[in-house]
Amino acid sequence: MSGIGDDARSAVAPAAADRELAPRLGLFQGIRQTMTLAWRTVVQVRHNPAELTDFSIQPIMFVLLFTYVFGGAIAGSVKEYLTFMLPGMIVMNMLFVTLYVGQGLNTDVNKGVFDRLRSLPIARWAPLAGRIAADQVKQAWSIVLVLAVGVILGFRLGDPGVPGLLGAVLLLLAFALAFSWVAVLVGLLAKDAERVQIFGFTALFPLTFVSNVFVPADTMPGWLQAFVDVNPVSVLAEACRGLMLGGEVAAPAAKSLAWAAAIAAVFAPLSVWVFKRKV
Amino acid sequence: MSHAILAEGLSKRFGATTALAGVDLEVPPGTVLGLLGPNGAGKTTVVRVLATLLRPDAGRATVGGHDVRRDAHRVRQLIGLTGQYASVDEQLTGTENLLLIGRLLGMSRRDARHRARELLERFGLAAAGGRAVGTFSGGMRRRLDLAASLVGRPPVLFLDEPTTGLDPRARTELWDLIRRLVADGATVLLTTQYLDEADELADRLVVIDRGEVIASGAPEELKARMGARTLAVRPMEADRVPLVRTVVTELTGSEATEKSGLVTARVADPAVLPAVVRRLDDAGVLVTELALRGSSLNEVFLTLTGRPADAGTSGDPADQEAAPA
Repeated sequence: MSGIGDDARSAVAPAAADRELAPRLGLFQGIRQTMTLAWRTVVQVRHNPAELTDFSIQPIMFVLLFTYVFGGAIAGSVKEYLTFMLPGMIVMNMLFVTLYVGQGLNTDVNKGVFDRLRSLPIARWAPLAGRIAADQVKQAWSIVLVLAVGVILGFRLGDPGVPGLLGAVLLLLAFALAFSWVAVLVGLLAKDAERVQIFGFTALFPLTFVSNVFVPADTMPGWLQAFVDVNPVSVLAEACRGLMLGGEVAAPAAKSLAWAAAIAAVFAPLSVWVFKRKV
Repeated sequence: MSHAILAEGLSKRFGATTALAGVDLEVPPGTVLGLLGPNGAGKTTVVRVLATLLRPDAGRATVGGHDVRRDAHRVRQLIGLTGQYASVDEQLTGTENLLLIGRLLGMSRRDARHRARELLERFGLAAAGGRAVGTFSGGMRRRLDLAASLVGRPPVLFLDEPTTGLDPRARTELWDLIRRLVADGATVLLTTQYLDEADELADRLVVIDRGEVIASGAPEELKARMGARTLAVRPMEADRVPLVRTVVTELTGSEATEKSGLVTARVADPAVLPAVVRRLDDAGVLVTELALRGSSLNEVFLTLTGRPADAGTSGDPADQEAAPA
C-alpha cells in the first residue's frame, strides 16, 4: 500500500543529493540491464506485429518461388529441389534478419533513445548487447517459419533427425551472433534505417546468390567457383545440409565456426570503436 | 557541496568547428540556471558534456561534486536528462517507457510499476499511459520525456530546450511542471533559445554565443547592466510618424524604428524623456502613447550579439503552432 497516501509532491521530489552512490557496476547488473533492454525490443514487436510479417513474407515467397518456378528445371523434381535448397534458404534468411539489429540501432541513435539510455547509470555495453540478444529471438522465429513452410511443401529431415536439426539451429544462431556485428556497424554508419535495408539488398543478395544455396556451383566459371567455395554462406549452408539431411558435417561446421569467429574478431572491435566515437 | 553543477574552461571541437571555447558555469543547489543562446551556440554540447554523453577536450566539470569524466557512473546516478536528443521510445506505450527505465535503474517490477503510475498521474498522462508514444501530441510527448527523466528521483536535471516546438498552452503547462520540480528541491540547468522562457524560469542566466560565455547574471541584473531602456512614442496621427522618428533619433542618438505607428528607440539616459516631450509639444504633435520601459531579454541579446536571438531559427513557438502538423 506504500505510496497511495503519499503527498503528491513525492512524485517528483528528488532524493537527497548526498545519498550513497555506487562507484561502479557489477557484471550481473549489466546482464540484468541487457535482458531488460532485450525485453523492450520484444515488446516493440508485440506492439507492431506487422514487423513480424515484414520479415516473414520474403522468406515464404522465396521458398514458394524457388521451389515451384525453378525447382523442376534445376533439380528435375520439385521435392528434390526443396530438399536441396531449404537449408540454404534458412541461412540466407538468417543473414537478412540480422539487419534488424542495424535498423533498430540506427533508429535508436537518430531518435535520441540512445542518449537517454547512456545518461542512465547502466552498463555501457547493455544497450548494444540488449539489441543483439533480442535479435536472437527474431532469428529463432524466422528459422522455425522457413522450416514450417518447407515441411508443409514436403520437406523432410534426413537421418540425423531432430538432434541434427537442433545442431543446425545452434550453428545458425552462433553465426547470426557474429554476423550481427556487421549489422551493428552498418546501422551506426548508415544515415537512416532505410539505408540499412539498401545495404542488405546490395551486399547480402550477391553474397547469398554467389554460393551453393540455390544451385550447385558445377556449372559456374572457375573463378566464380573459387569464390563460392570460400563464401561463408556456402560453407554454412553445407553444414546445415549435413546436419539436417545427412552427409558431411565436421569440416563445414568447423569452417562455419571459424568464419563466425573471424567475422566477430574483425567487426566487433570495429563496431565498438565506431559506437564509442559516434554516440 | 556548494555547487550542484560546476564547469571550468570546457572546450570541445568537432573537426574544424569549435563547439565550446572555454565555458565556465556554476549552479548552486536548488536553483535554475538558464543557458541562453541562438541555435548552434553550443548549449546542447554543454549539456551533453555535463550529462556524461560527451568528453570535453579540455576543462573540468563536476555534478554533485563528482567529476563527469573520472566518476561518470556516480554522476549518472544523480542526473535526469530531457531534451531534443534524449528521448523515449515511440513504439512503446507511456507506461512501458517508464517501466523500462525503472527496471534499468534496478527497481523491482512492482516498484517500477508503482513509480510509473505515480509519474503518469502527476504529469496528467494517466489516461494515455497505455497508448504508444507515437500517437502522443507534442505536449504530451514532452511531459512524458520529463517524467522519464524523473523515474530515479534525480536531484539534478538537465532540460535541453524542453519547450521547443510546443504550442503556447503546452509550453505554459511545462513551465508549471518545471517550477514545481524546483519547489521540490531540484537543481535545474535549462537551455533555451526563448528569452521569455529563461526570464520565467531561471534564477541566473548565462548567455553563450559561438561556444563562449558572453554574459551572465540574474535576469534583472543582466537587463540593468545593459543599461538598455526603450523609449516608445505613438503619435495620434499616422502622418506625423516621420517627424517623431527624426526627433527621437536626434535626441536619443540611436536609430528609431517604427512598427504599426509605434516609434521605438534604445535609450541610455532616462533624462531624455522630458526633452522628447518638449520637442514634440513645440512641433504640435499629439501623442497617444509615451513610455520608457526596461528592455526585454530579446533586446539584451541583440545588444550582446549584434543579432536577434531567434535569427536563423524557425522563430517563436506560436508560428510553429500555426504550421500544419
